[in-house]
Amino acid sequence: MSQSKEREVVIRAKDLKKTYKDFVAVNGINFQVYRGESFGLLGPNGAGKSTTMKMISSVSQRSSGELEILGKEPNTQGPEIRAHLGVVPQKDLLDRELKVWENLMVYGRYFGLSRKWLKGKIEELLDFAQLQDKRNAKADDLSGGMQRRLAIARGLVNEPEILLLDEPTTGLDPQARHILWDRLFRLKEQGVTLVITTHYMDEAEQLCDRLIVMDKGEIMAEGSPAELIKKYSSKEVVEVRFGADRNESVAKELEGMGDRIEVLPDRILIYAEQGEPLLAKIIESGKNPITSLVRRSSLEDVFLRLTGRTLVD
Amino acid sequence: MITGMAVNAAVAIAEKRAQRAGSSVYAGRARVMIERAVYAAKSSNWLVIVSGFVEPVLYLMAFGYGIGQLIGNVTDGNGDPVTYAAFIAPALLATSAMNGAIYDATWNVFFKMHFGKVYQMVLSSSLGPLDVALGEIAWALLRGAAYSVGFMAIAAPLGLITSWWGVLAIPAATLIAFGFASFGMAVTSYMKSFQQMQWVSFALLPMFLFSGTFFPVSVYPEWIQAIVMALPLWQGVELIRAFTLGNISIALLGHIAYFVVMIAIGLVFTTKRLRELFMR
Repeated sequence: MSQSKEREVVIRAKDLKKTYKDFVAVNGINFQVYRGESFGLLGPNGAGKSTTMKMISSVSQRSSGELEILGKEPNTQGPEIRAHLGVVPQKDLLDRELKVWENLMVYGRYFGLSRKWLKGKIEELLDFAQLQDKRNAKADDLSGGMQRRLAIARGLVNEPEILLLDEPTTGLDPQARHILWDRLFRLKEQGVTLVITTHYMDEAEQLCDRLIVMDKGEIMAEGSPAELIKKYSSKEVVEVRFGADRNESVAKELEGMGDRIEVLPDRILIYAEQGEPLLAKIIESGKNPITSLVRRSSLEDVFLRLTGRTLVD
Repeated sequence: MITGMAVNAAVAIAEKRAQRAGSSVYAGRARVMIERAVYAAKSSNWLVIVSGFVEPVLYLMAFGYGIGQLIGNVTDGNGDPVTYAAFIAPALLATSAMNGAIYDATWNVFFKMHFGKVYQMVLSSSLGPLDVALGEIAWALLRGAAYSVGFMAIAAPLGLITSWWGVLAIPAATLIAFGFASFGMAVTSYMKSFQQMQWVSFALLPMFLFSGTFFPVSVYPEWIQAIVMALPLWQGVELIRAFTLGNISIALLGHIAYFVVMIAIGLVFTTKRLRELFMR
């Protein structure tokens, strides 16, 4: 994307806050989403991602701060904003009493679109979601991957400018995930702005141009996956295991090796520019790890660095 | 996928309404909820739907013609004699309207709210909570109206509708169904468990038996009469009985007003509750 061209902001949040009674779900966050990009909200469960999504989708009213979507105010212009959005909720929320094509028809009708226009649109969407064979199946009888694709197709029925996806691949097997990612790439190529929440690091690295890392209702970091890794982690990581009772004591002896050491209950992570020589050094020094692994640094490490915790499911 | 329309159709439709008051609760498309219900009904169990209609007919046969033989004639509000079957037929017509409306507005709504999660998705489109409330209530009242038309088709040939005013019994039954559907959906929206829903069903049975359905309320002491007269089914029974027996009086306006208020209260609380549940 050319940096010289002024990029259009489609979502702007300033000091955005949401509280439920005493609980602060989102605690004054700031971010912008540009047209055509794929923007990620990354964080563990309870970080405030879904609450942020609900505010963007203009069904949930913010407690304070500012929020602007496509230049409109969600508190007063909810229906107009929602007409521009496609929503793919975490649990699909398909209409289980209806068939596959009826789900698309009925949802399109909610927007007031004509049946005639929708008939053509539905064919297009069934092709896109690879569900032509299943058009007359009950939504309930589809596999998990198909249900998710139907939920995405439904989210596209009004030709939205922004598609909101809440945990799009949670609960899917690897093959279904890859099919889904492929579909999302195509949408992006067509110019749809994607906003994705996920607690999967690989998903964020695959799909997002830019992301914010959230924890406990706040933004911990912001940038592209590569930038974040560069800023908050080293290039490579050595993972060694010495058994749960020895990890702590061995870690003390390893001090000074690599850029930084992180001790987890089951393993030790040592961050370094180059992993292999470091691992060789550890083994030379006579400390025999039960297992060892050298890998590239990921967003998982960024999150660990920022919060001191792993992204547990 | 994206056809690149300058302003897409959904947006144009939403923006057209944007200037109007209440546009955030009502998009003016309640009818699409009825369309949804038609698709869903196509695959539902018709036996269940028919059974709701048959019930009052069975009461008419058993009580009107069975027990009615032992009772002979009773007197209507004006002191004129009518057959027992003609006395209870309008009450059962009102009950048909109630049953039909209540079924969709309570159990079906409860299911869609808590298990089907239908409304959550509806409200993420450009529809508002009042569209949902009106659409669902309208569908429920259609069922109530259909039951009462069916009941009328049986009662009229049997000579149980003794006045030409009786044709007004159908719109009256529709009004009654509207009242029960609206109020029923509002009550259901506050229910959280199956047990609570059972209480709703349980409350309907005594109301059916004691609202002047099978005998005049004049048999009760006055304070019980006052309670019964405050209940919607008594209001409905009186309204329809007046039409089928041709006892027209100004008091009917009171019954009609009762249902208008019931409809309004139901709509207000259903809309409010949908907002609280799904737009918080």
